[in-house]
Amino acid sequence: MSGAEFVPLSLTPLLIGIFAAVACALPGNFLVLRKQALIGDAISHVVLPGIVVAFLLTGVIAAWPMMLGAAGAAILAVVLIEAIRRLGKIEPGAAMGVVFTAMFAGGVLLLEQTDTSTVHLDVEHALYGNLESLIWLDASGWSSLLDPEALAGLPVELPRMGVTLLLVILFTWLLWRPLKISTFDEGYARTIGIRTNLLGLALVVMAAIAAVAAFDAVGSIIVIAMFICPPAAARMMTNRLERQIAWSVVFAVASAVSGYVLAGYGPLWLGGTDAVSAAGMIATMSGLILALTARFGPCRSRTGAPSQA
Amino acid sequence: MLELATSEGTTVAPQDLAASPLAIRGLTVSYGQKPAVFSVDMTVQPGAMTAIIGPNGAGKSTLLKAALGIITPLSGQVTVYGQPLDDRRARIAYVPQRASVDWDFPTRVIDVVLMGLYRELGLLGRVRARHRATAMDCLNRVGMRDFADRQIGQLSGGQQQRVFLARALAQDADLYLLDEPFAGVDAATEKAIIAVLKSLKQAGKTVVVVHHDLATVTDYFDHVFLINTRKVAEGTVAEAFTAETLQATYGGRLATAQIDQISRALG
Amino acid sequence: MLWDALTLQLGYNATLVAIGATLLGIAAGVTGTFLFLRKRALVSDAISHATLPGVCLAFMVMAALGGDGRNLIGLLAGSALSAWVGLLCMNWLTSRTRLAEDAAIGSVLSVFFGFGVVLLTVIQTMGVGRQAGLEGFLLGSTAGMLWADAMVIAAGGAATLALVMLIRRPMMLVAFDPEYAAARGLPVGRIDLAMMGLVMAVTVVGLKIVGLILIVALLIIPPVTARFWTERSDHVVLISGFAGGLAGYLGAALSASAPNLPTGPIIVLVSFAFFALSLFLAPVRGVLAAVLRHIRFQRRVHMRQGLLALAQGQTIYEPLTLRLLRRAGLVRPDGVPTETGKARSAKALRDEKRWELVRADQAHEATAALYDGLRDIETVLTRDQIAEIDRRIGGPQEVRP
Repeated sequence: MSGAEFVPLSLTPLLIGIFAAVACALPGNFLVLRKQALIGDAISHVVLPGIVVAFLLTGVIAAWPMMLGAAGAAILAVVLIEAIRRLGKIEPGAAMGVVFTAMFAGGVLLLEQTDTSTVHLDVEHALYGNLESLIWLDASGWSSLLDPEALAGLPVELPRMGVTLLLVILFTWLLWRPLKISTFDEGYARTIGIRTNLLGLALVVMAAIAAVAAFDAVGSIIVIAMFICPPAAARMMTNRLERQIAWSVVFAVASAVSGYVLAGYGPLWLGGTDAVSAAGMIATMSGLILALTARFGPCRSRTGAPSQA
Repeated sequence: MLELATSEGTTVAPQDLAASPLAIRGLTVSYGQKPAVFSVDMTVQPGAMTAIIGPNGAGKSTLLKAALGIITPLSGQVTVYGQPLDDRRARIAYVPQRASVDWDFPTRVIDVVLMGLYRELGLLGRVRARHRATAMDCLNRVGMRDFADRQIGQLSGGQQQRVFLARALAQDADLYLLDEPFAGVDAATEKAIIAVLKSLKQAGKTVVVVHHDLATVTDYFDHVFLINTRKVAEGTVAEAFTAETLQATYGGRLATAQIDQISRALG
Repeated sequence: MLWDALTLQLGYNATLVAIGATLLGIAAGVTGTFLFLRKRALVSDAISHATLPGVCLAFMVMAALGGDGRNLIGLLAGSALSAWVGLLCMNWLTSRTRLAEDAAIGSVLSVFFGFGVVLLTVIQTMGVGRQAGLEGFLLGSTAGMLWADAMVIAAGGAATLALVMLIRRPMMLVAFDPEYAAARGLPVGRIDLAMMGLVMAVTVVGLKIVGLILIVALLIIPPVTARFWTERSDHVVLISGFAGGLAGYLGAALSASAPNLPTGPIIVLVSFAFFALSLFLAPVRGVLAAVLRHIRFQRRVHMRQGLLALAQGQTIYEPLTLRLLRRAGLVRPDGVPTETGKARSAKALRDEKRWELVRADQAHEATAALYDGLRDIETVLTRDQIAEIDRRIGGPQEVRP
């Protein structure tokens, strides 16, 4: 395939897909180890009410208000879950189920009540995104990467996702040591002066930011696959956290690339004419990778007893 | 002198406590509506090896966790070397119960011991050869040098406990707090741990251990702290570890025969 | 308008939806209780999302065979099949690999859903000619519900309910203590699977009304709501079924009473309103009751600690303790105890001594277990027993306030 075709049509969605997958997989490693994988589930469901409220408040479909709205909704959800868990003495899974379904229902209701016919905001788009639409029409080939005029026409999602990824990497690098210690042994972490509550909240906020940024491209439910599948697959490959992180990045990139390519060209190979959902295919590929590692990974079985706490 | 739960409340002026590695005043902790620890005072003697003793559910571990700020007490104050806990964290090392962590966590023995150097390494400090050497030395002291590269889940219970102890040693603290280190470990581990603890005492460190085996108290410890929700007695083994205090601590839960046996052992 | 809706006078379709939603709410509330008590509430989230590929595949198969791709029974059968596959995948991941249940739930949920989305796009481009309308299964769509659809939902809901009632005892045993149940010889694995099968049945039945994303709300929220009102498991089941049914009925009626009120989300929000009310107002387990109780408890602790300190002539530093003692007229503003204060503190100290003896005495073992540092000894011992203990303490007799 020539650059003239690849650069405008495929380069940006592919990059956005990769960035989104990696940005979610990094915090996902810690969520999975902390047995909080479903926080990702909860966060991603409440992104919808968050952006709807942001739209209602500002009246425009703009990136930053929506990011803020969604991040706000994620924090609200986490606080509510924690409050219900503690105040009502309800187990965390059920508390999550109560909060994110109710908030999601609220979001759908608000959306139905609002006239959004003039703007591109609908439930299905929110659920599974539209990665293919994030194309770079100003590009004419590889040379456009050096052309400031063409670069100005890049879809805004690309720099946004790139910045988010950088932020996630910075967060993981800076707080690596306390994150590792408090994930392994929270009580001990507290005795050496690590603010574990604050750190836990920061991790959730980071995950929420990644989810919100990725939401545009892949929608709110497929994001969950990016949070959980690459780290879970990486878990089957190694017994060291550093290597697990590296594997999870490899798997995230592999799912994004193979998913995007298969969605775009797979149907053609099979004699079809139209592409299928790239986001859905990325999730499917990440699941396939997880299935393979779960069956053949060298470290797929448990080694020690899970904690009783 | 035997002292049956006397001093109450947050009532002792802080300046009296400066010398104690760990001083607790009027500590009450409750889970729900039932206090697990009620209005407890404790003054740990510097350079001593103290056992916290009491029946199951008497609040032993709770006392330790509240003293370390892992759980929030309902009332009371804790000072470490005369200062609030947060200013003195560097001088405390804690060995939690083995069951409190996920042993399937992807990490090696040496990495766990290096966690003990967190305060020294900070957020981004590089792990250098000397840090590694310190960690290996600590592993050596608990007899686990050969296991440095193992994944922690591959260890036996006793070995896991020794790794936890090595991590605490790496902190090079002055006060060591251990929560049931001998629970469910093999005899070799128990011996190794007690040898390390005794060497810590020799080096002038203070050791506090939540302990459940009454038979070994006189061999291992020089001070005891008896608790059953409230403090029952505190002092040297000779003063406070008597048939009378044990009866008061365990009540009906300790067979008279056991108490007789222990008091005979005490002479 | 709302009144008409509530009395089922808004026409044929609205009535069908209301009846269907009520039955669904009851079935989901009852079934969800076992899931909730088993602490596996979110397994339902994986099951429900895993229905999507099945719906799509069923549609494709039926369309390819020349039939009507939208036949509800066929679609539901397909969804049940793929949900079952999802469930087996999840069980395999948790039992055969090191993954914990939360990661297994999340991965099955998202991967199956993602694959379903791929199939949805395939169907859109399949050239079947008409809009398949399968998106309706995501959030439910009750517009144009047919009599036959309502019958399927009603029959499915009733059958599920009957099955739950049939195996409720073993399910409750497993939910309460799986290890004990296993020791009793119950096939815990099979009962768990049956529980999940019932959850799957509710999910499939509910697809048409609330959709696969929100059906978990009907399974989770009513049991959580019910738990606030009772400590008995059989009552949780009943209350949960009632709350679920009522939410289904009210939600369907509300949504029929005005435009742009989608049925599924409204039912969920009504259910959540019940939950919120219970969370705050329920006696004993509600937040309001708990806060009041905690404040009372904290005061008792401080009061007692203060009295004991007074009795031993120690200075009190804790401001709350001092304030409480002052307000009760037990100390003067300068911290010196009043006459009443002296009497009460002497009594507190004496009680403490009595407790000490009680707790050291094997004969009083049951009583000693009640000790919490706060309880008045008169409430657990008879006058004669106290007199006996006082004789053993000796010394001056009790000071009466």
